[in-house]
Order: sequence, then C-alpha cells, then structure tokens
Amino acid sequence: MATTVPPPKIEILPAPDRPGNGHVGGGQNLIPDGANLRVAQQYSPPASSSAIWVGIAAICMSFAAFTSALIVRQGASNDWRHITLPSVLFLSTLLLLASSVTLEVARRRVASYMLGTDSHIASPRLWLSLTLGLGLLFVAGQYMAWLQLRSQGLYLATNPNSSFFYVFTAVHALHVLGGLAGLLRAIRKLGNATLRRSTLDATAIYWHFMGVLWIYLFLLLWLKI
Amino acid sequence: MPDASAAPAVVHGPPTTFLSKHVFSLDHKVIGLQYYTLALFAVVIGMVLSWLMRIHLGWTNAAIPGLQALSPNGAPGGVMTPEYYLQLMTMHATIMVFFVLTTAPFAAFGNYFLPIQVGAEDMPFPHFNMMSFWTTFTAFLILVTAFFVPDGPPLAGWTSYAPLSAIGKDAGPGQGTGQVIWAAALGVFCIGQLLGSLNFISTVLDMRTKGMTLSRLPVTCWAWFITSCMGLTAFAVLMPATILLILDHVAGTSFFVPSGLVLNDQLVPHSGGSTLLWQHLFWFFGHPEVYIAIVPGMGIVTHVLTTNMRRPMLSMKAILYSMWALAFLSYMVYGHHMFVSGMNPFSSLVFSFPTLMITIPSTVVVLIWIGSLYGSKLRINTASLFALGFISMFVSGGVSGFFLAQPSIDIMLHATYFVVGHFHMVMGVAAMFGIFSGTYFWFPKMTGHMMNETIGKIHFWLTFIGTYCIFMPFHYLGWAGNVRRYAAFTDDFLKPLIPVHQFITIAALFTGAVQLLFLYNLIYSRFRGPAAPANPWEGTSLEWIMPSPPPWNNFGGKDPVVYHDADQYGVKTASGADYIMQNSPEQALATSEGD
Repeated sequence: MATTVPPPKIEILPAPDRPGNGHVGGGQNLIPDGANLRVAQQYSPPASSSAIWVGIAAICMSFAAFTSALIVRQGASNDWRHITLPSVLFLSTLLLLASSVTLEVARRRVASYMLGTDSHIASPRLWLSLTLGLGLLFVAGQYMAWLQLRSQGLYLATNPNSSFFYVFTAVHALHVLGGLAGLLRAIRKLGNATLRRSTLDATAIYWHFMGVLWIYLFLLLWLKI
Repeated sequence: MPDASAAPAVVHGPPTTFLSKHVFSLDHKVIGLQYYTLALFAVVIGMVLSWLMRIHLGWTNAAIPGLQALSPNGAPGGVMTPEYYLQLMTMHATIMVFFVLTTAPFAAFGNYFLPIQVGAEDMPFPHFNMMSFWTTFTAFLILVTAFFVPDGPPLAGWTSYAPLSAIGKDAGPGQGTGQVIWAAALGVFCIGQLLGSLNFISTVLDMRTKGMTLSRLPVTCWAWFITSCMGLTAFAVLMPATILLILDHVAGTSFFVPSGLVLNDQLVPHSGGSTLLWQHLFWFFGHPEVYIAIVPGMGIVTHVLTTNMRRPMLSMKAILYSMWALAFLSYMVYGHHMFVSGMNPFSSLVFSFPTLMITIPSTVVVLIWIGSLYGSKLRINTASLFALGFISMFVSGGVSGFFLAQPSIDIMLHATYFVVGHFHMVMGVAAMFGIFSGTYFWFPKMTGHMMNETIGKIHFWLTFIGTYCIFMPFHYLGWAGNVRRYAAFTDDFLKPLIPVHQFITIAALFTGAVQLLFLYNLIYSRFRGPAAPANPWEGTSLEWIMPSPPPWNNFGGKDPVVYHDADQYGVKTASGADYIMQNSPEQALATSEGD
C-alpha cells in the first residue's frame, strides 16, 4: 500500500543572526555581509560533494595500481594465457547501466516530492529500490561469472589471467556493495524525511562512478585477459 | 529540501556518556589525543626494539635479560639469533614509520588543530573520523600480534621485498603467518589513513569559517592538507599491493614470485611473477610516505618559529609552493630506491634527475627559515629549540641525500649504514623533533596546563646531542663499507668498526633514557602543571582565541570571523600588542621593524 506523507516545507533560509552562520567555507568567504545567502550557497558546495570526489580519486589510484600491476605482470613472463570472459558479464554490465538510469529517474522523483509537486513518497522510493535491486542483481551476476570460470577449471591461482580477473571483479564488487549501502541509507532517510540533496547527489555520483569504473575494467579485462 | 550547506556544520552534540566522551568519541580533539596516545605507545615499543638491536650490534654475544621470555626460539639464552635481529628490525621500522611518524604529526596534531585553525566546530564526517582512529588502532593490534605467533614477526624488513616476503614460511622465521599479519595490518592501516585524508581535505575545502580564505590559512593547515593529498594517493596504492601480497601467500597466486625459484632444494610452486612489481608498487607509496612524515613537521616548525620570531617568514608563499613541489616530485623520484634492483640504467638516470630536483624546494624552505631567523629576536623556549633542531636534523640528513641521488654513488652506498644514517636523520629524527616542537607548543592548549620549560630545555639539549652521536657515525660507517641489515660484525674488515657500534649503542641507550624526562614532564604537567592561559605564546591563529583546553564545540557555538592571515606579527597596534589575531578586525598601525 502506498503511503503518503505531507511533503516537507521548503525552507526559506533566514539571514544570518551571527557572522558566518552559513559556516560552509569555500566561496562563501568571498560573499560580503548582507548578500543573498541562497545565492551564496550555490558557490559553497556541502562537504559531501567534495568528499565524494576525493573518495573517487582514491579509488582511481587503487585501480590504477591494479592496472599497472596487470600490465607489468603480463610482460614479466610468458605464462599469460587468454581466457574467454564469462558471457554473464554482458548481462551484468547492462544491469549496472540500467541502474544508473533508474537512479537518475529516482533523483528527479525525489526532487518533485521534495518540492511538493508530487506528494507521493512511493514513486521516488520505488525508483530508488529498483536501483538497489539492479545493483544486487549486478553483484549476483559477478558471482555467476565466478561460478562459470570455476566450472571451466579456472581458479584464482590457475594462471595470472584468472588471478587478475578474480581480484578486479571482487574489489569492484566490494565497492559496489558500498554503493548499495549508500542507496539503502538514502531510502531510509527518504522514509523519515531527513534525506538531504547533497546526500543523494553524493550517492548518485558514486553509483555512476561505479558504472564508469566497471566499463573501464570490463574493457581492460576483455582486451588483456 | 534541506541542504547540507544550510545546515549547521556540526552533526554531533556534546558527549553524554563516558564511552562517547573518551572512547568512541566523535570530537576531533579527543580523536587527535587518541592518535597521540597511540603514537606515544608505539614509539616506546619501537624504541625498545631499537635498543635490543643496538645492544646486539655492539655486544653480539651478550645475553639480554628477559629476551628469551619474549621469544624462546628467537633469543635462546637471551642472545638473539640473526633471524630474530631481522624480525626486530622489521617491526621497529614498521611501527616507527606507520604508527609514529605518520600518526603523530599528521593524524594527531592535524585532527586536533586543523578544524580549530580553519574555524570549524568539527570535521565534516565525525563518524568517519572516529572510524579512522579505531581502524588505525586495529591495524596496530594486528601488527603486534605478530610477536605472539609461533614463528614470530616477519624478517623481510619494512619494505618487505618479494620474493622473500611472498613465498611463505620456508623463507625464514616469521615469513609465514607473521608476514601475512604484517600485510594485513598495513592494508587495514591504509583504510584508516584514507578515511582520515578524506576528512582533512573536506575540512579545508568546505569547513572554513567566514573570512578564512585559502590565503589566510595558517601554514600548518596547508601542511596537513598537502599531506592529506599525498596520503590519499599513496595509501591507495599500498593497499592493492598488500592485497596482492596476501594472495601470493594464502591463495597460491604468482604476482610477485618468479619462475624457477628454488628454496631449500625445493622448487617453489609459483611461476611468472615479478619481484620488481612489488618494489614499484611499494616505493610509489614509500617515497611520498617520507614526505607524509616530514611535511607536517615543516608546517609545525614554520608555525612555531613565526610565533616565536615575532615576525613573518620572508616568504610564506615560497614555503607553501615548495611544500606542494615536494609533494608532487615525491611521486617522480621513487625509483631512486631501486637503483640497485637491476632495473634499466636509463631508468636510474630518469629517476636521478627529479631526485636532484627535489632538493631545490627543500633548500628553498630551509633558506627561508634561516633567512627569517637571521636578525630576529627569537624567543628561546622548548618549542622553538626543537624547531631549530628540526632544521638542523633536516639539513644534516638532507645533505647526504645529494650523494644518494646519484646512481653511481648510490650503488656503492646503498646497502651500507650511510643510507641508515641518511633516512634516520632526515625522516626519523627530524620528524620526531617536529613532534616534540608541536607538543611543547600546543600542550597548554590541549591540556590547560603549561609544561616545565627547564626540564623541556634539558630534554632538548640532551636529545639533540644524543641523536647526533647516534646517527652521524652511521655515515662514517657507511663510508667505511659497513653493510646494513647484518646482525653481527664479528669477522673480517668490519671488526675494527665494532667500537663505533658500541659508541652508537651507548648513545642510543642514553638518548632513549633522556626521553623519560619528556614522559615525566608530559604526565606531571598534565596534572600538576601551572594553569595555561588562552594564549600563552601570543599567537595569532584561531586555536589561541579559545579557552585552554577548548570546549567540546570549539568556539562555544559562535563562529569566528577572520580578518587577517596568521602572520600578523611585529606590528604596531593601538593596544600596544605586537601582533593581531586572525579574528580581530583591528588594523596594524605600522610594522615594528619598518618604522
């Protein structure tokens, strides 16, 4: 049964009652006293917006290290044996891409709900849940890929190719699980009307990055493994 | 839809229980103190390990009381075996590099003072911050469990070169479970540092108070920010390396173990791995790690000296740009650790050039320090003495870097005590002096009590003399051809050098004992020291506008407004003070020295 709750009121931010009430640093420091605070905030990203890019930078460094390890290891010996990627990976790739689309729809529905143009919470929650489900299916798809490899006799230590395949997909799947936790948190916060735009934005950026990262890894594995 | 930018920055209230106040605290100041305590505990262990090694090097057959109880196999009768010597060396270096030199100047002081100095009530993600400390603490616990597994800790050194580190227990005592524990501890440590770096960077970018533009940030904030950027990128590379190393151990993969390796007449069941791959991954982290240890010290020393000189540095911008240059170049130079690895000589040349280049920003910073000190009326207190000591150690240790930057000379010196002397002075002792300087400087703010200056100055002079007595002879030993990582020098041409080792050992024991003065001062002053005023050193940055110690929400719910940078010293003011605090709208009438 769909539940409806009164949409929260849009907060009109009060003028600062003491200096620095915005307390967000960054560009707002350049805004003089008495300036329009709402405009000023457009130049002052919340901390989660910066932090998510910082986190993405760290993840990029980790996978750059893994990639360089793959390239060096490939050239280090003549035991490099190409393996056929499990076909289920194509399906799981589509699932992950589809989840990015549903997340974007969810973001728009959440915005409509928060702005009061749509009073039903069920719609944004449905799209967020759909994204969550697709993400879970993606992880399940990765697990099926491991099963397919195992059925071919390719284990973690069978050859360097399979080693890198398992390592890359497992580490990426761990990061995806982190994204799923973020989506769960967003759904929970939406339910009790404490979801912030910056939280959802950060979750979405991370989730889309997981998709981009997987495309990169998939191509790398396809070309190198 | 409420947005984070409109909400108060603080996401936690005052602590209500003992656990939330002292153990699982979200308060950045408590977390900073927790990091400091961890570093203090770690440095005691690390120092005791170095004593054990030094005693063995000076008097190889001497039985050390109690050592057999710690490791019956490693020290039968209290005399350590060569393998146990290497195990202690590995643990000494790992504990010191990760849990002291990274933890104290960066995580401890940075946690405590970065949010305060930018004018924030806390970091943006206090839960991540708490997790960062407890993850680091867990990593420390994991590491020290290596002492209590049957074969003991690993013996492959803090660099854990493959294949020695990757082929398991047959490679030597501790190379099985101990080595896996070592790699797991470092992997967990990386997670903690990544969480911390993320918080530090977000704090600087997003939590600055009104008026705190980037150009007004105190130099310490820049130092911690730059260190965070390095930590974020360096630890993100070390973590994959530790994962691959663990897999080589426990899953039978061959990332780092080459083909055809025979051990104890048995063919090692791995094939095709690259030993150099580990070195590349490790040193891509390892060299920035040197600057992760030293750049916060540079910031602290600049901050302390500026306050005590009562005038700004000749060029703060040059110091900032130099610190950025050090951070950037630190990723370009890592190959100089691999000059003797057998890599292409052309690669050595490529890595040699930026290694020589990195001396330029280092020299710029030192020259600005010395030039600024020239003619200044420096207030001599323990903090400023240790800041001067930092410069002395950094220069003395750094000069030997010129030699090692050149492949042709490094090939001769790489495996000798010359390198040991170099990195201990420039990275270890210099960073320690930065930690001491920061401790004496900020102790009043952190505890509300003043430290004893007389004991502090005695501590400084004895430590200063003692560390030179320990580490300068290392350079001589290196020139004389004394190889490092050897457990004993009882034979051949090294025998005449044993008296030098004995002298170093005595100096090490003496200098270590001197640290009891520091511990006494720290503990006694914490409880019995005179009450500290809010601004005992007449500083300008925001930590000095709040009571000592600060309340849980730093500024009591009022956000400071910043009007100046933190270098307003040596000025004439209407109030007669020679400085203007960052939150004061007062303008200088003239500079004291300029009129």
